[in-house]
Amino acid sequence: MLKEPAVSADPTQVLAFEVDCHIFDGCGFPAPGLHSFVFEPLFTVGGIDFNKPMLLALVSTLVVVGFFWAAFNKPKLIPGKLQMVGEAGYDFIRRGVVYETLGKREGEKYVPIMVSMFFFIWIMNIWSIVPLAQFPVTSVIAFPVGLAAIVYIMWVSLTFKRHGFVGGWKNIAGYDKSLGAVLPAVMLIELFSNLLIRPFTHAVRLFANMFAGHVLLLIFTIASWYLLNGIGIAYASVSFVMVLLLTVFELFIQALQAYVFVLLACNYIQGALAEHH
Amino acid sequence: MSHLVQLASEEIQNPLLPPIPELVIGLIAFAIVFGVLAKKLLPNINKVLEERREAIEGGMEKAEAAKTEAESVLEQYKAQLAEARHEAARLRQEATEQGTAIIAEMRAEGQRQREEIIAAGHAQIAADRKSAATSLRQDVGKLATDLAGKLVGESLEDHARQSRTIDRFLDELEEKAEAAR
Repeated sequence: MLKEPAVSADPTQVLAFEVDCHIFDGCGFPAPGLHSFVFEPLFTVGGIDFNKPMLLALVSTLVVVGFFWAAFNKPKLIPGKLQMVGEAGYDFIRRGVVYETLGKREGEKYVPIMVSMFFFIWIMNIWSIVPLAQFPVTSVIAFPVGLAAIVYIMWVSLTFKRHGFVGGWKNIAGYDKSLGAVLPAVMLIELFSNLLIRPFTHAVRLFANMFAGHVLLLIFTIASWYLLNGIGIAYASVSFVMVLLLTVFELFIQALQAYVFVLLACNYIQGALAEHH
Repeated sequence: MSHLVQLASEEIQNPLLPPIPELVIGLIAFAIVFGVLAKKLLPNINKVLEERREAIEGGMEKAEAAKTEAESVLEQYKAQLAEARHEAARLRQEATEQGTAIIAEMRAEGQRQREEIIAAGHAQIAADRKSAATSLRQDVGKLATDLAGKLVGESLEDHARQSRTIDRFLDELEEKAEAAR
């Protein structure tokens, strides 16, 4: 079997379907890799090169705003179907996430941003299994990073606003007198963990999940195509079944990761609001 | 094109480093979502949800009031029904008593009337008998006198003597009858 080391460098070779190449034809498996997440710019507006993830992000905005506009623009006391679905989604985040973590009184003003964040992330994730789009926008680290940064700025500023300068640092460092001798070590670890690791993991958790999911889907999708030759057809069918299973699995992961992202955001805010723990 | 490939391959080395254009677009995209939802759509739905909650609570209050009223009316009806039953029982009792009293009264009245009638009958009979006896006695006297006069041919003018004779005769008859008895 020939291995092609150069396959990863050229973004034009990303899609196996463009490379009409099957097993036993003398060409290697066009394995997906980091190159699968790099896209050529489609067009340029105002100095910004627009590529597929950016477009999908903007379409996500349209989808989320469009859906909620249709559902909530002229809400009725007795809801129609669309409004009912919108309300269910809205209530899920409002009650299931925000009220659960922050309580009704403190949480109320964080409801809009959490609802926006959840649905925005979810739709960005869903592109992964939408035909033709087939790319989770959040698997490009910039998108999770932007959202994680918003959450980070929110909870850090809130900490200092709530507890003052010294109290804020104490809160972030997990100051607790009863710890005694290990207190400095604990504070150092907490400070490091909360201020540096936390935003990183927050963004990367979402990014890596969607990244890995996309790679998995790519592997089996490409394999289904690649194996479609001679005896390989038998294996291709197995691979295709995997594509279907993984698609369902991804559908679940997409919603779950959006949920986790928002839940963590609420937890961070809760930590900022909490008295010294 | 080679420049783009160059750019791409650079980024491939750092999958965790966010490309700035994507970051900016991502933030803008999210800002639009957040702006529209937070400023317009979510307040919209919140208002309606609040209205609905109030409507439901109002409806529940109304239902509660109706239930209370229904209960009080039922209570009232039950009380009235019990009262009516009681009244009916009382009336029935009264009627029974009155009936009994009337029957008793009627019976007494009947008894009294019967006795009166019997008494009147007795008196009548006595009076009739007396008058019959008197008239009979006179007639018998007269017949006897006439008969005796015819037989004796002598007119008994003396009324007193005449009647004494008759009386004596009758007394004898009575005595005989007494004796025979």
